[in-house]
Amino acid sequence: MTVTTVDRDALPNPMDEPSFLTSENTIASWLFTRDHKRIALLFFASITFFFFVGGLAATLMRLNLATPKGLLQPAVYNRMFTMHGIIMVWFFLIPSIPATFGNFFVPLMIGARDLAFPRVNLASWYVFNLSGLMVLYALIMGGADTGWTFYTPLSTIYANGYVLAAALAVFVNGFSSIMTSLNFVVTIHRLRAPGMTWMRLPLFVWGIYAVSVVMLLATPVLTMDTFLLGFSRFTGIGLFDPRHGGDPLLWQHMFWFYSHPAVYIMILPGMGVVSEIIPCFARRPIFGYTGMTMALMSIAILSFFVWAHHMFVAGISIYSGVVFSLMTFFVAVPSAIKVFNWTVSLHKGKITFDAPMLYALGFVLLFTLGGLSGLMLATLAIDVDVHGTYFVVAHFHYIMVGATVSAFFGALHYWWPKMTGRMYPEMWARFAAILTYVGFNLTFFPQFILGYLGMPRRSYTYPEVWQTWNVLSSAGASILAVAYTLPLVYLGWSLFWGKKAPINPWRATGLEWIAASPPPKHNFPRTPIVTQAPYRYDPEADTFVSQEGTPYAE
Amino acid sequence: MYNWIPFWPDTAAVSGHAVNGLFVAELCLSAVIMLTVVAMMLYYVFRYRKGSDATRAGRVQKTWHFEIGWTTATLGMFLILFVYGAEMYVWLFQAPRGDEEVYVVGKQWMWKVEHPGGQREIDAMHIPVDKTIRVVMASEDVIHSFFVPAFRLKHDVVPGTYETIWFKAHKPGIYRLECTQYCGLQHATMQGKVVVMTGPDYAHWLTTQGVHESMAEQGEKLFRAHGCSGCHGANSTVHAPSLNGVFGTYVHLQDGSVRLADEAYLRDCILNPRSFTVAGYPPIMPDFSGQISEGDLMKIVAYIQSLSGKQETRR
Repeated sequence: MTVTTVDRDALPNPMDEPSFLTSENTIASWLFTRDHKRIALLFFASITFFFFVGGLAATLMRLNLATPKGLLQPAVYNRMFTMHGIIMVWFFLIPSIPATFGNFFVPLMIGARDLAFPRVNLASWYVFNLSGLMVLYALIMGGADTGWTFYTPLSTIYANGYVLAAALAVFVNGFSSIMTSLNFVVTIHRLRAPGMTWMRLPLFVWGIYAVSVVMLLATPVLTMDTFLLGFSRFTGIGLFDPRHGGDPLLWQHMFWFYSHPAVYIMILPGMGVVSEIIPCFARRPIFGYTGMTMALMSIAILSFFVWAHHMFVAGISIYSGVVFSLMTFFVAVPSAIKVFNWTVSLHKGKITFDAPMLYALGFVLLFTLGGLSGLMLATLAIDVDVHGTYFVVAHFHYIMVGATVSAFFGALHYWWPKMTGRMYPEMWARFAAILTYVGFNLTFFPQFILGYLGMPRRSYTYPEVWQTWNVLSSAGASILAVAYTLPLVYLGWSLFWGKKAPINPWRATGLEWIAASPPPKHNFPRTPIVTQAPYRYDPEADTFVSQEGTPYAE
Repeated sequence: MYNWIPFWPDTAAVSGHAVNGLFVAELCLSAVIMLTVVAMMLYYVFRYRKGSDATRAGRVQKTWHFEIGWTTATLGMFLILFVYGAEMYVWLFQAPRGDEEVYVVGKQWMWKVEHPGGQREIDAMHIPVDKTIRVVMASEDVIHSFFVPAFRLKHDVVPGTYETIWFKAHKPGIYRLECTQYCGLQHATMQGKVVVMTGPDYAHWLTTQGVHESMAEQGEKLFRAHGCSGCHGANSTVHAPSLNGVFGTYVHLQDGSVRLADEAYLRDCILNPRSFTVAGYPPIMPDFSGQISEGDLMKIVAYIQSLSGKQETRR
């Protein structure tokens, strides 16, 4: 194959138009913007705030657990873990990658000028903030102490505190999810550039598509469920109260019918991000593109049929336990395939270790460990032992924090030059990536051991024999806190003093990299025409072909 | 058996050993998979780092053979784990007629334990070694979860029904009893101990609790006090099903369904009789929901159970 070098200056110069950041400068131009890129940044500001609020709660919890006696009042500790869960799940993890990077990059990656419904997109941000205010109200007034799972009849009858406000916040938050996901589904179906067939879609777009379908179908069930919860608590009607003929397990069924798919809502976009980063920094096509898309979609579909694996010991019929265990093993198969494909995607590559790649490799390792512990939990008899202990806490933090937050930071670094037009300081970023990995494992690996020893979750105290592991975990948490705060500092610095970013700093193939850095308000001066599959990197010749069909050599 | 493994928790029951075996098997499998991924990743990133001169020609291409082979292998391995775990789960969660029964009521934030002989304890459960213990559990308020780590066994205690589990401890000693379902303010302290004693010790312990009335005897009094005997008693003229020998049999209901008359069924019948009208009888029993505490209910159930004479063994 002959490769011609393209002189970038010969292309229509996208620099002629002002970037989306500087085209208008009033506050109103931000608050009433319909530009998907500005809305992405608005979301980014909101969720970053909630990430640190939720993180603060986690810090207090780990501080409390450093000694068996503890530091906080029991009531305060209980409220802290409840608010930590609610805020991290609904106000950070679920919107994290879709509402920020999805919002920003889905239109860019499919060659569109904006999402299908820009006003709905902006409304989604306002609804999100409205629910955010409600949860802050609940938190500031003293919080709720039901756990993020709101199990009935504790939440409907017995718990004090601002359960109603917290449940209402979750209820309202769902509408934001629904609006955002609807927007993605329609956009990906209708607004792809000419030539951008389904089998040419970058895997990140596939990931966002899969997650949007799940969000769209699952969130209404949570909406109904929290409505019924609030209604029961407010009026005293006994929907979940056995004394009035209600069923406490009804809540759990409806809750997990949403909240298990929600786990995939949190991880699927991360899988998409990593599938972008690994081929780019390994300079070779992703291994098994078709398999990856099918794995994403089958995870999305199967995720609806595994919810009762949260209830193996809750008193469901043992035969339905058996069926849900089987389904859970099924959903693990596509996940295993993805891990394998990412690893083999390194084979015969030309690998560099910039920060996004370090985060992506960390993602694969943490996801694998989290997934393997998930297999243990899917095995019925083992779940009977470790359910409700720190083993479960460690397991889902490996997936939802270890993997998803790594992917979030990977995406943040990978696309930072495109979003802001500035390069971040590479050495600091690599340091933060490694620190995240070390701090995370030190925090959560001891929790696997604690769980197997039998330490129940949501306990403000524990017997002295377990202190060593808890101290290790708390020490890890302090490292993790530094590793998560560090990017805020150096990325903030780079906004003002960072090197100006070129159009395509990573020499990547996606359409987002033919737009200017940062892109102008309408993304592309002309609609791109797609002729190529994604990830056409060639490690042998050290060349790549963008999805527009332009070959580049270095 | 696995005590040589560092940090391995104590195992004191038959169920514990079974779960241990499965856990270790899965731990080894996970270790192999994790190490494979790590080894492959480390080898690739080192060998194919940018600076290395390894050849990049002839990359593996994914084929359908490969895809199907890999998927099948993974699925096959998972299915083995599934079958192993499911079989054990069915065994763990189907409580046989025990050698001994113990009744447990969970409430914020304590475990109330009562033995058929009428011995009562709080946050402690004394049981004999090498006997199959059947535990009937109820909750007075929220959902609790009964967990004994050394037995590797837990089950939620959901208000509104009975949950029944069993275990067979084989090593005398004192083991932790926990609540693993968040149940409110003092959830963390809703803990106790399971004291496994040798047969003679246990027999001695039972006699030193200062009890004069068994649960069934107390239940019989309650049975009269609540007026149950007016209809279900031997000399009653009301057309009501006799309770003699009903425990452990299958009962045909008006709606055509058949229910095993176990503890949970008797409880449902007392609290919500109209939903469980026995075939051939008029639906005239008043419902007792909200009128009898969980503790008293268990005594009445124990009394009805005692009407069936000696306990049969189902397993």
